[in-house]
Amino acid sequence: MRNKILLIFFIYFFLKPGISYSLVEIDITRGNLDPLPISVSPFFSDETSKEKIKEKLDIDNLGSEISKVIENNLRKTGLFETLDKESFLQKPDIAHLKPRFEDWALIKSQVLITGNVTSKIINEKDYIRIEFKLWDVLGAKMVDGFSLTTVPTNWRRVGHKISDKVYERLTGESGYFDTRIIYVAEEGPKTQRVKKLAIMDQDGFNTKYLTLGNELVLTPRFNPTNQMITYLSYFRNMPRVYLLNIETGKQEVVGDFPGMTFAPRFSPDGKKIIMSLAKDGNSEIWVRNLETNIQEKLTDHPSIDTSPSYSPDGKYITFNSDRSGYQQIYVMRSDGSKVKRISFGKGIYGTPVWSPRGDLIAFTKLHKGKFFIGVMRTDGTGERLLTENFYQEAPSWSPNGRIIIFYRETKTDDKGEGFSAKLWSIDLTGYNERLVSTETDASDPSWSSLLGN
Amino acid sequence: MNLSKILKNAFLVVLFGLIVTACATKKSVKTTEPSSTTTTTTTKADETQKADPIQKLDALMQGDVYIGSDTVGELASGVPDRVFFATNETILTTASRETLRKQAAWLRQNSDVTVVVEGHADERGTREYNLALGERRANAAKDYLMTYGVSSDRIKVLSYGKERPVDSGSNPLSWSKNRRSVTVKAN
Repeated sequence: MRNKILLIFFIYFFLKPGISYSLVEIDITRGNLDPLPISVSPFFSDETSKEKIKEKLDIDNLGSEISKVIENNLRKTGLFETLDKESFLQKPDIAHLKPRFEDWALIKSQVLITGNVTSKIINEKDYIRIEFKLWDVLGAKMVDGFSLTTVPTNWRRVGHKISDKVYERLTGESGYFDTRIIYVAEEGPKTQRVKKLAIMDQDGFNTKYLTLGNELVLTPRFNPTNQMITYLSYFRNMPRVYLLNIETGKQEVVGDFPGMTFAPRFSPDGKKIIMSLAKDGNSEIWVRNLETNIQEKLTDHPSIDTSPSYSPDGKYITFNSDRSGYQQIYVMRSDGSKVKRISFGKGIYGTPVWSPRGDLIAFTKLHKGKFFIGVMRTDGTGERLLTENFYQEAPSWSPNGRIIIFYRETKTDDKGEGFSAKLWSIDLTGYNERLVSTETDASDPSWSSLLGN
Repeated sequence: MNLSKILKNAFLVVLFGLIVTACATKKSVKTTEPSSTTTTTTTKADETQKADPIQKLDALMQGDVYIGSDTVGELASGVPDRVFFATNETILTTASRETLRKQAAWLRQNSDVTVVVEGHADERGTREYNLALGERRANAAKDYLMTYGVSSDRIKVLSYGKERPVDSGSNPLSWSKNRRSVTVKAN
């Protein structure tokens, strides 16, 4: 598994500097009820390349598979309507050279994506080279594109990189497709769930299990700067926060605490972990610096203080406390000073998570027996509930701050059966709620940053 | 607290339970009456069945604290292993204190035994908060055991939050059984 998670390296250059004004643009700040029609032409491969690639990957037509990855990504945003390939009039290879824009306009496509895939040998090793172009059909011109060379097994990531480029070009926001989600895979009866750490690509592919299920594991979270995660493990019945390197599989306990540590999260620079320490019936928030190994207590109150999350500039921490009698959301400076309650609506509030953009805090709310995922401004104003259900919690932001992923559990029937836990995602606008497919039941999702090169 | 007081408390709890049960029975009879006059015998049977769980619920819960014996195991003969809590609460009820005094007495007699007090929460709360709440509940029980002469180094606490429910139901009765602390022998 180590090899597969190795970061890919490739030659990355733009075909053309991306200066040209596109007529096509999407406003994603509101719910998009009118998705943009887009055509993803199957990427073309010459016969020799096809054969070579089939030898390596056992895939007949890799170009077509890559276009499916892109199509799937774009469709799931709810912002694009991907048109049926059957309606395409122009062949992939010709379209990639010079599209006949009238043909694409005829099927009402406003944007066209074309590409080709060739096999290459560099220093006696197999590589694939993928070239992609983004066309504005109405403007009748190419608006973006690039080509890159990588090892064949990285082909899905190529699809994600292209999706990110298209999304960025058409919405003006950075993408979130070349990312992973770490979560807890669940199996077994509700009273004896077996839980494992699992990681998958954002689109549900390439699932890998990182623990065996021998001990209970909860709340994995990505380091925003590298391939480390922090999570809670009940190893030897001692619930403690751990640090795991998903490339090497090496793990260690974080800090030396005289009680249960839980609810860990990284600082934005990845150098610190904030978490709760529960001791003698009281939970306080602590921070541990992973470089200096200095740990420091940030809250000092006889109530429960937990679920801390840093602001993206690292200057503030939002957290959950029941010091007012019930769970509410608070904000303090990252040194623990200036504690201020920000949630004042009806119901109780938990799991505050600061948006990577810095302007919003996502939360879970329980009101009148229903659970909501919502967002509010960092001063507590502008509360907006995005989704309501029997049970759901644990929001995590996409790296561009446009989407929230969370988990939802079902109500059991009279016999206590029918329990399930699944991951769901929803746009910040409250539209486009989607089930995120996982191999097993799943909970506690955490979204990675963009993977970089 | 002396024995007569304990007996009095226990008597009050039983008496209260009886009153509640009686009330519930009365109510359920009342609700079945109108339907039985207008509908067939099969629906009459259905109605009685429907009324049953409600009647049971009143006998098994006081406020929203579980007072039944289903799921309750024994730490030792005649010593119940667990106590129950109200939603979001860590306060020990009269019945809980009685159970814990029995546990403490038994632990004083068996001084070589060490225990783990497991703290649990129901599924109606966020995972992380429930981990803290479970720890607070387990410590409430631990503190009480200590007050009755069990030394702190014999008692470990372990919070499971909502991770280990005993009842998989999604209803108030199931949740009340899951809001608990359980004293388990560790050696």
